[in-house]
Amino acid sequence: MWHVSAHHRSGSDGGRGEIVIEPERYELTAGPAYRFELDRRAFFGALGLGFVVVGLVEAQESGGGRRRGGAGNGRPEEISAWLHIGEDGLVTAFSGKAEVGQNTRTALVQGVAEELRIPVASVKLTMADTDLVPYDAGTFGSRSMPDMLPQVRRVAASARELLTEEGARRLGADKANMVASDGWIRDSISGQSLRYAEVVQGQALLRTAKVGAQTALTPPGKWKVLGTPVPKVNGRDFVTGHHKYTSDTKIPGMISGHVLRAPVYGSKLVSAEGPGVVRDGEFAGVAGGLVSAAKVQWSSPEKPSTVSDMTVGEFFKSTAEKREASTRGLIEEGFKAADKRLSGSYQIAYIAHAPLEPRAAVAQWSGGKLTVWTGTQRPFGVKAELAEAFGIPESQIRVIVPDTGSGYGGKHTGEQAIEAARLAKASGKPVKVLWTREEEFRWAYFRPGGVIDVASGFRSDGSMTAWDFHNYNSGNSGLGTLYDVPHQRVHFHRTESPLRQGSYRGLAATANHFAREVHMDEVACGIGMDPLEFRLRNLKDARLRAVLEKVAEKVGWAKGSNKGWGIAGGFEKGGYVATAAQVSVEPGLKNFRLERAVIAFECGAIANPEMLRNQVEGGLVQGLGGALFERVRFENGRVENARFSSYRVPRFLDMPVVESVLINRLDLPSAGAGETPIVGIAPAISNAIYSAIGVRLRNMPLLG
Amino acid sequence: MKLSVNGRDVNVEAAPDRMLLQVLREDLDLTGAKYGCGEGQCGSCTVLLDGVAVRSCITPLKSVASKKITTIEGLEQDGKLHPVQEAFLDRDAFQCGYCTPGMILSAVSLLAKTPKPTVAEVKRGMNGNICRCGTYPRIIEAVRMAAGVKS
Repeated sequence: MWHVSAHHRSGSDGGRGEIVIEPERYELTAGPAYRFELDRRAFFGALGLGFVVVGLVEAQESGGGRRRGGAGNGRPEEISAWLHIGEDGLVTAFSGKAEVGQNTRTALVQGVAEELRIPVASVKLTMADTDLVPYDAGTFGSRSMPDMLPQVRRVAASARELLTEEGARRLGADKANMVASDGWIRDSISGQSLRYAEVVQGQALLRTAKVGAQTALTPPGKWKVLGTPVPKVNGRDFVTGHHKYTSDTKIPGMISGHVLRAPVYGSKLVSAEGPGVVRDGEFAGVAGGLVSAAKVQWSSPEKPSTVSDMTVGEFFKSTAEKREASTRGLIEEGFKAADKRLSGSYQIAYIAHAPLEPRAAVAQWSGGKLTVWTGTQRPFGVKAELAEAFGIPESQIRVIVPDTGSGYGGKHTGEQAIEAARLAKASGKPVKVLWTREEEFRWAYFRPGGVIDVASGFRSDGSMTAWDFHNYNSGNSGLGTLYDVPHQRVHFHRTESPLRQGSYRGLAATANHFAREVHMDEVACGIGMDPLEFRLRNLKDARLRAVLEKVAEKVGWAKGSNKGWGIAGGFEKGGYVATAAQVSVEPGLKNFRLERAVIAFECGAIANPEMLRNQVEGGLVQGLGGALFERVRFENGRVENARFSSYRVPRFLDMPVVESVLINRLDLPSAGAGETPIVGIAPAISNAIYSAIGVRLRNMPLLG
Repeated sequence: MKLSVNGRDVNVEAAPDRMLLQVLREDLDLTGAKYGCGEGQCGSCTVLLDGVAVRSCITPLKSVASKKITTIEGLEQDGKLHPVQEAFLDRDAFQCGYCTPGMILSAVSLLAKTPKPTVAEVKRGMNGNICRCGTYPRIIEAVRMAAGVKS
C-alpha cells in the first residue's frame, strides 16, 4: 500500500505556422569525421576464406547516425554493416550496435537468417567492437529496429544474391532458376544443388554492395524467422552465469583501479598521495592500492550549490532562457474561442538509471595501442573520447563492448574507460575500474528534472481550442500534443541544471506525456466527460486511436463507470502506446494499491513478438519507479540517496498484474520499442488515483 | 582456508574478514555472482549456503567455512540445466541478464522451502532481488513454472 499526499501546484504562462520541434538535445547524434578503409586482406586474414559482403548506403539511410566517409566517389556513402560467410557455412554479421539487454542481438540475427534462408543457429553476430565492426554513432533513440535491422537484412539479401550467382556459375546453370533455401542453392530445373559452404569454398570474394531502399527484402507476410518468438540467442550463457560482462573480464597482470572522488560537486583537488596514487590534473585515482590508504585533500567549491531537489523547480524558472516558441494558429484566438480555461503545473524529479551493472572498464596499453573493454551504448563515441583524452589517433584505440548489464540511456559516455586507461598508463599494467553503486548514483548523469506548465482552452462540448505548453529543462522529446488543437504554443525552455544530466529511456517524452495526459484528464473530468471519449473526440491519428481503443477493449472500459481506472495515450520514436492502470483504495483512507496495468502497443511489423512483449512490459515496469517513487535527493552539491537502500526502485512486491496487447501492422516498417512503452504508466496511475479518491497528483514521482 | 564450492573443496588464501563475493569472483574466477550494491539490497550477488540464499557481498568468509557454497556455475548438473534455469529460458525471464544468476539462486532457495508457491509467495520470497529491466512478471511465471504450478 502506498500513501497519497496531494501536493498541488498551479501556474500558467501565456505567431503562426506549424509546430516544428528541434531535435532532442540530450541525445548525442553527431559522429566524428571518419573514413573507413576497406582492407580485403584484413577481412579474410581475420575471418578466414569465404565471401564478405559490405553494405554501402547513402548517408541518411544509415543506422549509424550522421557521419562522413565510406567508399563513395563524391556522393556521401557509408558502410552500414557487413557479413562473412565462411567455408564452414557459418555466417557472421557485424554491426556497431551494442547489446544492453534490449535483445537487438537476437532481432538482427533473425534478420540475417531470414534473408539468407538459414536457421538462426547458423548466424553469429559481432557487435560493438570498434576493430571489427563498421562505425555506428550509438545505440539509442530506438534506432536499431528501424535503421539497423533493414540494413543487415539488405546486406544478407545481397549475400544471398551473390551466393545464387556463384552457385549458378559453378553448376553451369541459369541464375534465374536458382533457389536459395535452408543453406542450399538449388537449380530448380536440374535439381542440382550446392551447400553455401561449398559455394564459398576456397574463395576470397569481397563484394561491396549498394544496399538501399531499393534492395528487395522478404515481405513480412512471407517471414519465416522474423516475426517469430525466437528466444534470446545467447540466453543459456546468462542463466548459467557464463556470460562475461565487462565487470567479469580478467586479463593477465590486471590490477584494480579506483577513482578518488570529491566530497561534493564542484570541489577541486588540492593534493593526493599514497600507495598507487595517480594524479593527473583534476584526476586522482589509485592503481593497485587501497582507496582507504590514499590521503586526499579537496577544496570547498567556489560557488557552493544552494539548490536542492525540493527547490529546483524555482531554480529552473529563474534560469530559463528566452527563446521562440513553436506555434500553430494564434494562441490568444484559441483562448478567446474557449468556454473554459484550465492551467496546471507539473513537476518531474531527476532520476537515476541505476543499471544493475555499474560502469566498468578494463584498459590495456600495449606498444602504444590502447584496448578498452567497457559497457557503453556508444563504442565509437568512447573511442573518440579516449583519443582526445590521451592525444593519440583513433587508429591506435580499440573499444570492445561485451553484452552489457543494461544502460537505459545511461551509458553514452566513456569516463570509466578514460579512468581505467589513465590508471593503466600510469601503472604500466592493465587496470579494471568498477564503479561502486554509490559512484554510479553520484557520478553518472541523470534524467533531467523539469517543470511543465500547461494552459488549455476548450468548449463545453469537449473540443479543444487552445494548448499552451511550456517545458522547463526536462527536454523536448514528445513536446508537441498529439491531439488536434487549432491554436497551439509549445515551448521548451532551456535552463541551468544543478546536476549533470543526459539521455534516459524515453527521455523527456515521459515528462511531456505525463503533463499532457494528466492535464487532458483534468479537462475531461472538469467538463464531466469520459477521459477516453474526450481524447478520441480530439484525436484524428488512426494509429493512436487504435491503441487507445484496444486498451479500452482489453480492460472493458465502460463509459462513465471506470472508478479507479486511469488511461493515457502517446506516441514517440515510431511507436504508439496506450496505458490503463487500476488502483484500489481502502475505504476512508488515502491509501491505494496498484492492481492492474494494461498496455497496448503498436510499432509496425513485429520482428519478434516475445522480445517485443518483454520490452513493452519491462518498460512499463521500469516506468513504475519514476511514476511512483524514484527521485534523486540532492542538497549542498551532494546526492543524499546514493544507495539502493535509500533510492527506491520497483521490486516484486510493487508489481500489479501486467498485461500487454500488441498490434501487428505487417504493412508498416518495424519501429523500436525500447523506449516508448515507458511513457504512459505515470499519467495512467495519476489519473486512476484521481478517479479513485479525487486527489490530483501533478508531480513525478507521485508519492513524493 | 578451505571452502566447499560447487561440490569441490578449494583452498583460498584469504583474510577471514573478506566478503565471500570478492573471493568467489577474484580468487576463484566464479563471476556468475555479481556486484550490484555492496549492501545486500539488490540480490545480484546471491549464492546458496547449504541450499539457502544469502547475499555474498555482505557475507564474511569466516561465516562460510563449514558450509556448502553453491554458485550459479554449480547449478547445472552433468550438462543438464536446473529446472529453474530451464524455466527462465522458456519464459525469456531476463533482458540484460545481470540479475539472472541471483534471481535463479533466490528462486531455487525459495522453492526448497515453498515447493508450490503462490504469486504472492514468489513476490515476498524474491523481493530482495532487483531487476532493473523490469522482467518481474516473467520471473514470477518462470519460478512457478519450475515449481510445476499452473499460471
